[in-house]
Amino acid sequence: MGYSLNFSVVWRNFDKLWGGLALSLELAVISLAIGIAIGLVLAVIYVSGGRFTRMAIAVYVEAFRNTPLILLVYLVFYGLPQIVDIRYDATTSFVATLSIYAGAYLVEVFRSGLEAIPQGQIDAGRAIGLTPLQRLAYVRLPAMVRISLPALSNTFISLFKDTSIASVIAVPELTWGAQWINLNTFRIVEAYLVATAMYLVTGYVMLFGLRLVERRFQVARNA
Amino acid sequence: MLDAMIYALPFLMEGLWITVLVSLLTVSISLVAGLVLGCALIYGPLPLRLFTRLFSDTIRGIPILVLIFFVYYGFPAIGVDFDSFWAAVTALTLFKTAQVIEYVRGAVESIPRGQSEAGMAIGLTFSERLTSVIFPQALRRFLPPWINGVTDAVKGSALVSLLGVTDLMHAINQVIGRTYEAMPLYVLGAFIYFVINFSLSTLSRRLERRLSHVQA
Repeated sequence: MGYSLNFSVVWRNFDKLWGGLALSLELAVISLAIGIAIGLVLAVIYVSGGRFTRMAIAVYVEAFRNTPLILLVYLVFYGLPQIVDIRYDATTSFVATLSIYAGAYLVEVFRSGLEAIPQGQIDAGRAIGLTPLQRLAYVRLPAMVRISLPALSNTFISLFKDTSIASVIAVPELTWGAQWINLNTFRIVEAYLVATAMYLVTGYVMLFGLRLVERRFQVARNA
Repeated sequence: MLDAMIYALPFLMEGLWITVLVSLLTVSISLVAGLVLGCALIYGPLPLRLFTRLFSDTIRGIPILVLIFFVYYGFPAIGVDFDSFWAAVTALTLFKTAQVIEYVRGAVESIPRGQSEAGMAIGLTFSERLTSVIFPQALRRFLPPWINGVTDAVKGSALVSLLGVTDLMHAINQVIGRTYEAMPLYVLGAFIYFVINFSLSTLSRRLERRLSHVQA
């Protein structure tokens, strides 16, 4: 059997894909930012907290890491408004879901980063008379950021790919754009070929960019 | 709320069976393919190494959801026809294979060169060095991330619902379509997935702790 590719309808509707890619990136960036905030706060609380707080944070982390993202997306968008009186559009709902999901991964990233800081650095901070808060701000957090940077950029790229799941609640991101072209033109193979290429190129451009940033801030390993 | 859950349970169990089946197929096929291609990536001739690297990097760069649609809609266009179930399994297996390749590479490369040189020095052939020097040691580095990766396969299998395969996720949505009680069912579904995946990741952590003793 033969199938002849015809990309012309894809190019004619390219704004759907291009706009979708922009929205995908936006969703990933916003979710990453909120996820970093959640992760940072909880990681600091975790390493200095008691048994009970550690337990509560561990429950959050495990609950979100062990459930499929698509189920969480449905749960927040369709389930939650049934039992609490809140209203939000699909995009807001997805950003909320992805942020909390990202937070669960980033707590672990930051926690292991904080725990990997050599005790000598913290002792040195104490020796020059820094208060616990100053030690956190000037010694532990900067060192932690350097250590966690590679894991952080991996998380960002994962989040970018995860934004494709927003299409199931009709958020007009890149995958939804491909589906739109399919529904309206039936040129499904072409639509997904172009969308896939866009995911790949964007993902690898981000990866190389982030690796450059990482090299710039690399921890001096044998210092 | 409890009524809705009890009503749904038989449907969900049927769906769960498909989820388990999809996950098992994905995990076992990708294990074999990943081991073969992983070895090809490390020891193969240059063209094969390049091909494997390209395969792994491309597949891992595509969102799983897009990969599933791509295989489901795209493969029939080039003459490969299969139903939604096998399309889903193929897509998930491709993705998992790429991951297994990287686990294999990481595990084998963590073995110091001296080990294989020592094997060479006592006159072991290449395949003997692999089977009695490299692989037994690499296995310890391979198992924990691999088991942990099984949870990704189970989570990823929820996406097959979008092709109309009645897995756990799809069964949940079907019941909600009848009862309109979304929240209890999503919570129940999340709990079922959680139990499976948490057991797997706990197993992986235990194993990692045990095997790290051997390393010393």
